[in-house]
Amino acid sequence: MDGMLALAADNLLSPIILFFALGLLAAFARSDLSIPEAIAKGMSIYLLFAIGFKGGAAVADNGIDGTLIASLIAGVVLSFLIPMVAFALLRVMTGLSVTDAAAVAGHYGSISIVTFVAATSVITSSGLDSEGYMVAVAAVMEAPAILSALWLIARYDKGAAEMEAGLMREILLNGSIVLLVGSFIIGVITGTEGLDLIAPFIVTPFQGVLCLFLLDMGLVAGRGLREARGVLKPGLFLFGMVMPLVGSMFGLATGVLLGLSPGGVVLFMTLSASASYIAVPAAMRVALPEANPSIYLTLSLGVTFPFNLTVGIPLYLAIATLVTGG
Amino acid sequence: MQTHQAKRVEITIESVMEGRLTKALIGAGVTGFTVLPVLGGSGRSGQWSREGQVSRAGGMVCVVCIIREEKLDDLLDAAFAVVERHIGVVSITDCEVLRAERF
Repeated sequence: MDGMLALAADNLLSPIILFFALGLLAAFARSDLSIPEAIAKGMSIYLLFAIGFKGGAAVADNGIDGTLIASLIAGVVLSFLIPMVAFALLRVMTGLSVTDAAAVAGHYGSISIVTFVAATSVITSSGLDSEGYMVAVAAVMEAPAILSALWLIARYDKGAAEMEAGLMREILLNGSIVLLVGSFIIGVITGTEGLDLIAPFIVTPFQGVLCLFLLDMGLVAGRGLREARGVLKPGLFLFGMVMPLVGSMFGLATGVLLGLSPGGVVLFMTLSASASYIAVPAAMRVALPEANPSIYLTLSLGVTFPFNLTVGIPLYLAIATLVTGG
Repeated sequence: MQTHQAKRVEITIESVMEGRLTKALIGAGVTGFTVLPVLGGSGRSGQWSREGQVSRAGGMVCVVCIIREEKLDDLLDAAFAVVERHIGVVSITDCEVLRAERF
């Protein structure tokens, strides 16, 4: 247990988490520190490109096996299932309407790619390996949760949601997924030779760019929290921290059942624990405009995202290490 | 200088709805419009800013069209069908243009 706590404490003091904390503190202190929008967007493009490519190269190196297919299927099933659990918890823990609860639930079945990237960085720093195809699992977990949220609405509040014909196409072809999956496929095709060619660009500067990006995310999360304090009732706030722990247990069980490496289990836990703040909010604004965006954005970005970065990932790493004996 | 009467319609709407709105406007026969980014503002939901938005889900855009008066009802019907359930503001003002044939 002491080793587990020491591991968690080490990761809590990693540069990426400390830079995120700096962003949060700067926002709370109303500092004028800000990262220009275009640079923030450029950094997110870089991170998606690098993480996708490195994952693809790792798959090319290790080969494709049945566990990859099983992991992809498990990812889709979890993304469908977790919103049902989140919806039930929300109805018990908070006074949210069916519409708001379903919208929030949809966010928790989908994933946060930045949390995934941070977890990848933390497990690499801890000397653990993970399955390169977890990038593909992250991509397949983005969209199914949106369908779950719309199903929950249709089931409990008939007529409130509207599934447009073009919406699913927009979700599946959103820029993040296209870049992530595209880089992953190019990484699989070009393999380690391809990775060696561009390693000075995507391997060496990666941690530094991630630190700067997380500083920006800390600022975004802090400002969001500061401006939406009135929205966060105690039950909702608690849900934002309980739900990632519940989700991570689904990820833990799935990762262990699939026989993934300790690093792979941490990533499955992180994916199941994280909540979307890019793809799902956009989809919900179109399909469910009656749902209050400040509730789901504040919860996913202002509560669950910082929780996962500061407490969740170190904890998931410690639990996965303990359970898998890694 | 000879000027001509026209209507200026300004629709401020969530950026996620931009494509749907402009498609509806084109469907209603509106051939010209300008889309502007909105930096921030304040409304019934409180004050907001484009700074710190991580996705299209949180931002707003402003779609401006200048049209002849007889096209106004078609434009408003098309726009209202899109914006009815969403956060946003639609305003219409009288204006004058120099080259009427362009509208």
